Amino acid sequence: MRLLLGFLFAFAVAAAFGLGLTQFALTRGTAFGAITIGAWTAWPKTGTADIDPYARAGIARSGELPVGSGDGVAFFTSVDESGRALDGRCLVTLSGTTPPARFWTITLYDLDGRLVANAANRFGFTSQEIARRADGSFEIVLSSHARPGNWLPTGGIDRYVVVLRLYDTPVGVATRTAKDAPMPAVTAGGCA
Amino acid sequence: MIRWALWLLGGLLLGGIVHLGSVLLLPRTATQDAYTRLAPFTPANTIVPVPAPTPDDAALPFMDPAFATAACRYDLAKGTMKLRVPVSQAYTSVSFYTRNGIAYYAINDRAAGRRVIELDLMTTQQRAELPDDEEVTAADRLIVESPTSTGLILIRAFSPEPGLMSMARRALASAQCRSQG
Repeated sequence: MRLLLGFLFAFAVAAAFGLGLTQFALTRGTAFGAITIGAWTAWPKTGTADIDPYARAGIARSGELPVGSGDGVAFFTSVDESGRALDGRCLVTLSGTTPPARFWTITLYDLDGRLVANAANRFGFTSQEIARRADGSFEIVLSSHARPGNWLPTGGIDRYVVVLRLYDTPVGVATRTAKDAPMPAVTAGGCA
Repeated sequence: MIRWALWLLGGLLLGGIVHLGSVLLLPRTATQDAYTRLAPFTPANTIVPVPAPTPDDAALPFMDPAFATAACRYDLAKGTMKLRVPVSQAYTSVSFYTRNGIAYYAINDRAAGRRVIELDLMTTQQRAELPDDEEVTAADRLIVESPTSTGLILIRAFSPEPGLMSMARRALASAQCRSQG
């Protein structure tokens, strides 16, 4: 009887611990081979056949198709430089330059990967739509209310993800530091 | 007391195995992966335009709205496949995914180096069975090997600004994927 109870206990622990760990790993996005530059993170290996088992399980679960490495690389952020979650009711600026690429796009998503609804029907920018300063750097403002310049509406949602995709770019598996890939700074300002 | 601690330890070790097993098995049991999401409106071995994502509805999560997208859900069981994609003015890429959504090959217009991206898709076995005639060894024939007999090809044309989206869509309309079986 004690033996049976022991087995049941161990199996319950195994199921709870094992499946809990899987759930945790997949929702936190713990794929290996991440490149972190400032607030941004990319997983270039996820776009190759060398994808690790965690990322493999992650994409099977979410249904997304990662950008292939011969196509480009995607950088994600849901926090500012100081690690605070981006809030759609606050002002957030992306400023600086981007790594070398034929072109890039910047897009706002909710945490499930849906575009962020807004009255202006603007979901992102391409590198060719951006107004720049004389030195080529730019500033994009993310907020719920219209702003002059490059404005991306957040629709006032709580949390969102910004994805910067570089296409036809040397940035990839071999990239390590901000020197190879200067990413725009993510700065949070005041809240509405 | 020690007995229960040992049971707990055993449970945790077993839990580690459960964790690794579930991570490895998950792709096979996923019911909402990209292939399953696209299957209802993509007949096999045909190029179908994928509707542009909107906040309410998107074929796949995290689609880039700056692109016109078309998909070819392929099945190599009956024979190899020929893919022909005329490149658009801005940027065109072709990405290959396995049944489970692994990006095993991607090529863009610049890497292809011509006005039309043309390639043959086949399984490793089908490639081994190719006759060694002149045509096959011709250097300009690009052969892509698919690790699985089914999978997805995503063809994407860039629209630098929203006004150019219809042009990007038109560029994709003349792409072809045809089974040679």
